[in-house]
Amino acid sequence: MTEKLVVIGNGMAAGRVLDHLFERDAGRYSVTVFGSEPRVNYNRILLSPVLSGEKEFDDIVTHDQAWYESHGVDLRAGVTIVSIDRAARTVTDSAGLVTSYDKLLVATGSSPFVIPVPGANLPGVVTYRDLDDVNAMLAAAQKGGSAVVIGGGLLGLEAAAGLAARGMKVSVVHLMPTLMERQLDAAAGYLLQGAMQSRGVDVFTKANTKAVVGDSGKVEGVLLEDGRTLPADIVVMAVGIRPNAALGKAAGLTVNRGIVVDDEMRTSDPDVFCVGECVEHRGQCYGLVAPLFDMAKVVAARLMDDPAPRYEGSSVSTKLKVTGVDLFSAGDFNEADDREDIVLRDASRGVYKRLVLKDDRLIGAVMYGDTADGAFFFDLLKTGADVSDMRDTLIFGQSFVGGANQDPNAAVAALAASAEICGCNGVCKGTINEAIAAKGLTDVAGVRAHTKASASCGSCTGLVEQLLSISLGAGFQKADVEPMCGCTELGHDDVRRLIVARELKSIPQVMQELEWKTSCGCAKCRPALNYYLLCDWPTEYQDDSQSRFINERVHANIQKDGTYSVVPRMWGGVTSPAELRAIADVADKFAIPTVKVTGGQRIDLLGVRKEDLPAVWADLNAAGMVSGHAYAKGLRTVKTCVGTDWCRFGTQDSTGLGIKIERFMWGSWTPAKVKMAVSGCPRNCSEATCKDVGVICVDSGYEIHFAGAAGLHVRQTDLLGKAATEDECIEIIAALTQAYREQGRYLERMYKWSNRVGLETIRAQIMDDMPRRKALYQRFVVSQATAQTDPWAERVAGKEAHEFNPLMMELAEAAE
Amino acid sequence: MTMHMSGWIEVGGVGDVPLRGSRVVRAPGGDIALFKSADGHIFALRDQCPHKMGPLSQGIVHGRSVTCPLHNWIIDLESGEAQGADHGCSNVIALRVEAGRILLDARALALEAA
Ligand code: SRM
Ligand SMILES: Cc1cc2nc3c(=O)[nH]c(=O)nc-3n(C[C@H](O)[C@H](O)[C@H](O)COP(=O)(O)OP(=O)(O)OC[C@H]3O[C@@H](n4cnc5c(N)ncnc54)[C@H](O)[C@@H]3O)c2cc1C
Ligand code: SF4
Ligand code: FES
Repeated sequence: MTEKLVVIGNGMAAGRVLDHLFERDAGRYSVTVFGSEPRVNYNRILLSPVLSGEKEFDDIVTHDQAWYESHGVDLRAGVTIVSIDRAARTVTDSAGLVTSYDKLLVATGSSPFVIPVPGANLPGVVTYRDLDDVNAMLAAAQKGGSAVVIGGGLLGLEAAAGLAARGMKVSVVHLMPTLMERQLDAAAGYLLQGAMQSRGVDVFTKANTKAVVGDSGKVEGVLLEDGRTLPADIVVMAVGIRPNAALGKAAGLTVNRGIVVDDEMRTSDPDVFCVGECVEHRGQCYGLVAPLFDMAKVVAARLMDDPAPRYEGSSVSTKLKVTGVDLFSAGDFNEADDREDIVLRDASRGVYKRLVLKDDRLIGAVMYGDTADGAFFFDLLKTGADVSDMRDTLIFGQSFVGGANQDPNAAVAALAASAEICGCNGVCKGTINEAIAAKGLTDVAGVRAHTKASASCGSCTGLVEQLLSISLGAGFQKADVEPMCGCTELGHDDVRRLIVARELKSIPQVMQELEWKTSCGCAKCRPALNYYLLCDWPTEYQDDSQSRFINERVHANIQKDGTYSVVPRMWGGVTSPAELRAIADVADKFAIPTVKVTGGQRIDLLGVRKEDLPAVWADLNAAGMVSGHAYAKGLRTVKTCVGTDWCRFGTQDSTGLGIKIERFMWGSWTPAKVKMAVSGCPRNCSEATCKDVGVICVDSGYEIHFAGAAGLHVRQTDLLGKAATEDECIEIIAALTQAYREQGRYLERMYKWSNRVGLETIRAQIMDDMPRRKALYQRFVVSQATAQTDPWAERVAGKEAHEFNPLMMELAEAAE
Repeated sequence: MTMHMSGWIEVGGVGDVPLRGSRVVRAPGGDIALFKSADGHIFALRDQCPHKMGPLSQGIVHGRSVTCPLHNWIIDLESGEAQGADHGCSNVIALRVEAGRILLDARALALEAA
């Protein structure tokens, strides 16, 4: 008969114990989980990105409903246990229902501490612990106004940054002279204060809260000891936590601050285990996840009667999850006579690093502004290695210690296999490397899935990427790790996410909010930002022509001698005598030296002088022709073959469909150029299987292929799916293009995007998830409404005239 | 166009050059590129990249530099020097801004023309 395991508390520690338990033996226990929160298990430490808008709740769920079902776990969400009867081996819930157990696991976590000042229980005073708290803050933020956060520790600052990102006017009230004084020394605390203030958060240090004020049944402000009152529509108390040990105490378990456990994670009752923040182990209570995950491994082993693993305490390190603030701290950095400090400051880069040594061993580390060596120092600290022979260069980090090494991966390459990469989940380098080799992993998502590294707070993603790059060499797309350019530390994906999350709607705003290091960007980031803003806010964003490469600025391709080429659209590659005549006339009239048929089924006029462009376009417009966007990171051509109109093998009207697609999609901007083709049968005369999107007509309908290329890389398309009608075909192609527009990094061709995010992911979005397909399609349609104006006609009408009219100077006369 | 006694030639107004953009001045001795940086400063260079004569006026202006449209060399607007690993220099044309008008040094232009 299976034994009954009852778990009280469905938080991070409990979730992790169950993971380990089912890894070992899924069948041994029948499990019942009680959780006060009315929801499934989620990653509590990612509540801050949910608050700031960088993530959704769905993104942070660790076990969804299906998980409980497939593992046969009876989840009682929203049910609180009120007592434990150890003699009868039962627990009782708030409804009076009694459940019996063979083994009991107490994982009740801790509760936020509320300072008992007058007004502390007014409506509008919240703590920061669970999703309900986040929802309360979001509701307040929606109305705007002011927020006061009491407590300048990790949680308080994350709450403050999140509320500020949501548009509230935020003040932080902190009792101590500097922020996060338990993890940071004063110097780093000051730098952090500056960073918070530059996000618009006011910081009051040495400020003692006297009362929360408000009469009409709602908070109105916070009164400080010195008499000042800070206005507030919401007050967040984040002053500390207290282990939830009362239930254990009432049941007669040994309890000090937390529920006392031994190195086997057993309480004073051998059938009752305890894990998480409610635990006290060797006199220590923890408030971070890394120790809880260490404990969870031991608990799971014990539940399986494996006596080997023991819990012997954890060293912890801290990182603050406020986007753009880089800080790391670990160990002990109090001043004392027997200790030696090594400090490095670089004001221009805003970097501060301090190492504390005792008896030639590293016992503490604080880093602000540059935390790349965090893992290296944390490893030295935990292993207690003798650092005397690297003392002189230690502060410069690992790459220096190992000799002047230019390889950016050197620091990570030199880490021992036992070095911890992911602090949250306690995953070391060796484990990750083994998984990469054994499972053939090629990306961070794979590493996450198989080892959990970087699956929690995500701050070790860069390290994981470096490990991948070391293992796979050129096979790893290192672009993933790279900042957009020298102007920022953020990569393309982060920038895109933040543009949407923080509703950034102009280039200066992006640069200000995301702390660009240059005054107005560079030739790499500006065009990318211009595209992202255009794509994300199609109806609001004002295109910035000075952030476009010359070809897109003047809607013609620059040539080596400074002249331009002009390629009119030739819908689906079909032309007429009238169009050809007009092209011929233009070539004669403006003495255009070369007229050439392109590889894209249309005609190129090469060698046009810039001043002549508007007049050339005017003549082409008059004959009904518009820009072919041969210069654009946008839709270029839709090549077709002759299909059922003429061809004896044609199965569908490939020419007609190609024209429809081109008429519907022209003018759209995309991360890189997009080329399409439609072939009337699998003989494929329009070469559809090496295009970004290619349609092959067959008797039963249309096969839609994508992610092909025939330029620098030749890549055959993958089959996305089939459509029965032309309309369905167009809907699929537009939805696919929109997904690429939203997810692709600037200059990333469709096939590279597909290689990065995966064919299956894309197919699931477009072919399997109908509501999603429709929504993507709808967004494409909305953006086309503003995109489809012929840029040539606009310039013929006078737009950006300064581009085409040089200033004149009669130098010969003047110099006389 | 007026010839100033000092040998300064007026070519247009500050407002004729777009912010973070440029304007070409057609001169008998060859094109000159006027640039305006984000902070409103005007610069003038010979409109020729030291690399392969690319028209710098067609590049993207950022900070006090311009990226050449042909092969992405980055040219400093103050000195005309190529930045980073690239070497070469585009001639700087002396200029003055008076009452919103841009004046170029006629002698520099004459030299250019010669
Ligand atoms: C004109 C044309 C050659 C021709 O005379 O046939 C041409 C000309 C240029 N191609 Fe192309 N490509 C032309 C068809 C192609 C094709 C064939 C096709 O589209 O079916 C390809 C291979 C298919 C593909 O893209 O996968 C092609 C792959 C490239 C590439 C490599 C792209 C890649 O991602 O690997 C570049 C370089 C780039 O974009 O960075 C390029 C870049 C260029 C540029 C824009 C080079 C430049 O930056 O100045 C040339 C501009 C000349 C001009 O001013 O018109 N061209 N180019 C063709 C114009 C087609 C059109 O009607 O719009
Ligand atoms: C906003 C925020 C950000 C954080 N950021 C970080 C970070 O960056 N790094 C880090 O290491 N740590 C961070 N932490 C701390 C981390 O989340 C906790 O250490 C961790 O969640 C503790 O896990 P636990 O399982 O012990 O407790 P919890 O996750 O709190 O789970 C306990 C659960 O038990 C339930 N419960 C309690 N009593 C009962 C009862 N009687 N009956 C039924 N259910 C009950 C509670 O409702 C709760 O859901 C953060 C915490 C917060 C709130
Ligand atoms: S292949 Fe394309 S990019 Fe290369 S020279 Fe020919 S037109 Fe230019
Ligand atoms: S001509 Fe300017 S970079 Fe080549």
